[in-house]
Amino acid sequence: MRGDAEGDGRVALAMRRCVFRRRTPSTFGVYWKLARAGFKRQAQYKLAMFAGLFTNCVFGFVRAAVMVAAVRAAGDFGGYDEGTIGAYVWLSQALLGATQFMGPPIDLVDRIKSGDVAIDFLRPVDVQLSYLATDMGRAACTFLPRGVPSIVIGAATFGLSMPTTPVAYLLGLISVLLAVALSFLCLFAVALIGFWVVEIRGIRVLYQIVGTFLAGLFVPVHMFPDWLRTIALATPFPSILQSPIDTLSGRVAGMDALLTVAAQGFWVLVIGLLGRVLLRAGQRRLEVQGG
Amino acid sequence: MAEPDSARIVAGTWFTPYLAVLRSRVKAQQVYRLSFATEVFSAFLIGLVEFAEVWVIFHNVGTLGGLDTNAALLLFGLSNTSFALAQVLVGHLDSLPAMIRMGTLDAYHLRPQPLLLQLITSDISLRRLARAAVAVIVLGVGLWRNEIDWGIAPVTLIVITLISGIALFCGLFVCAAGLQFFLIDGAELTNSFTYGGSFAAMQPASVFPAPLKLLFGFAIPVAFTAYVPTIALLGLPGPPLLPAWSAWLTPVAAAWVWLLAFAAWRIGTRHYQGGGG
Repeated sequence: MRGDAEGDGRVALAMRRCVFRRRTPSTFGVYWKLARAGFKRQAQYKLAMFAGLFTNCVFGFVRAAVMVAAVRAAGDFGGYDEGTIGAYVWLSQALLGATQFMGPPIDLVDRIKSGDVAIDFLRPVDVQLSYLATDMGRAACTFLPRGVPSIVIGAATFGLSMPTTPVAYLLGLISVLLAVALSFLCLFAVALIGFWVVEIRGIRVLYQIVGTFLAGLFVPVHMFPDWLRTIALATPFPSILQSPIDTLSGRVAGMDALLTVAAQGFWVLVIGLLGRVLLRAGQRRLEVQGG
Repeated sequence: MAEPDSARIVAGTWFTPYLAVLRSRVKAQQVYRLSFATEVFSAFLIGLVEFAEVWVIFHNVGTLGGLDTNAALLLFGLSNTSFALAQVLVGHLDSLPAMIRMGTLDAYHLRPQPLLLQLITSDISLRRLARAAVAVIVLGVGLWRNEIDWGIAPVTLIVITLISGIALFCGLFVCAAGLQFFLIDGAELTNSFTYGGSFAAMQPASVFPAPLKLLFGFAIPVAFTAYVPTIALLGLPGPPLLPAWSAWLTPVAAAWVWLLAFAAWRIGTRHYQGGGG
């Protein structure tokens, strides 16, 4: 995905000129520009990013200390050893910022409540894709100052094992991109419930709690009891956290890794479609007063 | 003599205005019934999920840091009861950065009442009682399943621990609020010791490497809210840095946090120049 985006950079530049001259936004150029805008906006909040990194690391230290002690104490701890459990802890901390799993509500929540979303419908771009593009830009920006340092600090203190083949990193990168997109599409779908319910904070919190748990943030999905793992795998949540961690840390490799990424792609399509259906229905229901 | 009496009834005590605000907040939260129900349910689930994490780990390991599964119940029950109740009381201080940014904090400055007391009594999060309920139940089961040498001492220790624990976590929230005057955009930084503190409190501190032991045993002494009292109740020795007898020093730990909290609050409010506009 990323390769495509960069390959079309020149095209995007050319398109931008078109956009300005003719005012007819051409599909890809607009979303590329929105992604860049999302990146730039996030880059303004430098202290926030440092704060995020700091907090990620404190939680990482505590989690790593407990998990490493648990691996030492247990004979078999979900198939993890000290290196791989370290990778699990620090990669999950690193991905938190990008996936925005525990983050504040996305802008759309307030825009639906206030009725500003009507303006979004008037814009000549697809509502879902434009929000997604902006968020992908934001996520890319959090990954460098928040994600990478988490991994480096984790490697320097507790140690973590990473794969050695370039293929694993390539698949890992694709997996992370799919995870970020999926996480946003889920948040987007949850936000759309606001068309029918006045206050969705309770539903959002519910989503955060159930989602992060089933995604494997607190304990790896591999360590769930069988019945709970079956439930988790029937939801998109493991694809948001456990899958990119497994792919990036080399826990799954070869055919298994491809299947994991394919499952992520499947969920991106399903939740993306669900979002579009909800958006269409919400648009019909929307009633904004005043002028 | 009747007149001053009735005047006093109308005017009430110094706490009456705070009580009026709190009462309105309690009422307001129950207006959107579906929303309130989902929030209570969510808070309940938070408690459950936090417990599930501890349970899955101990279920796989058996004994971690000298504590078995039964001791883990006690550890979780003590730390989470204190934290959840502290959150009910002062958890809403978390919204201070938004108030500073929006300028709504200035309204509080106009009233002739102490700012911190106003903010603390400006809201109460009833939904979080559901989280506390999970913790209290786990604590009850923990007290029942462990072999505790019951007497006056353990009961006193539990009462002191819970009161000091709630005070300690409240202090951490106030500390965080004081720092928000400087951080604003970096508000998440304080999560590292409020929510991070709560998270660290429910782990057996014996597994921490020395720097973390110093951090959570002395600088931000959350280990005193649960781990140290747990080993004291069970008669376990504990690590050299945190011996079991020090469980009786939990009020000192809470006092230390409140000292930090008052300092942070004082520096923060003096630094604040108003929202402008």
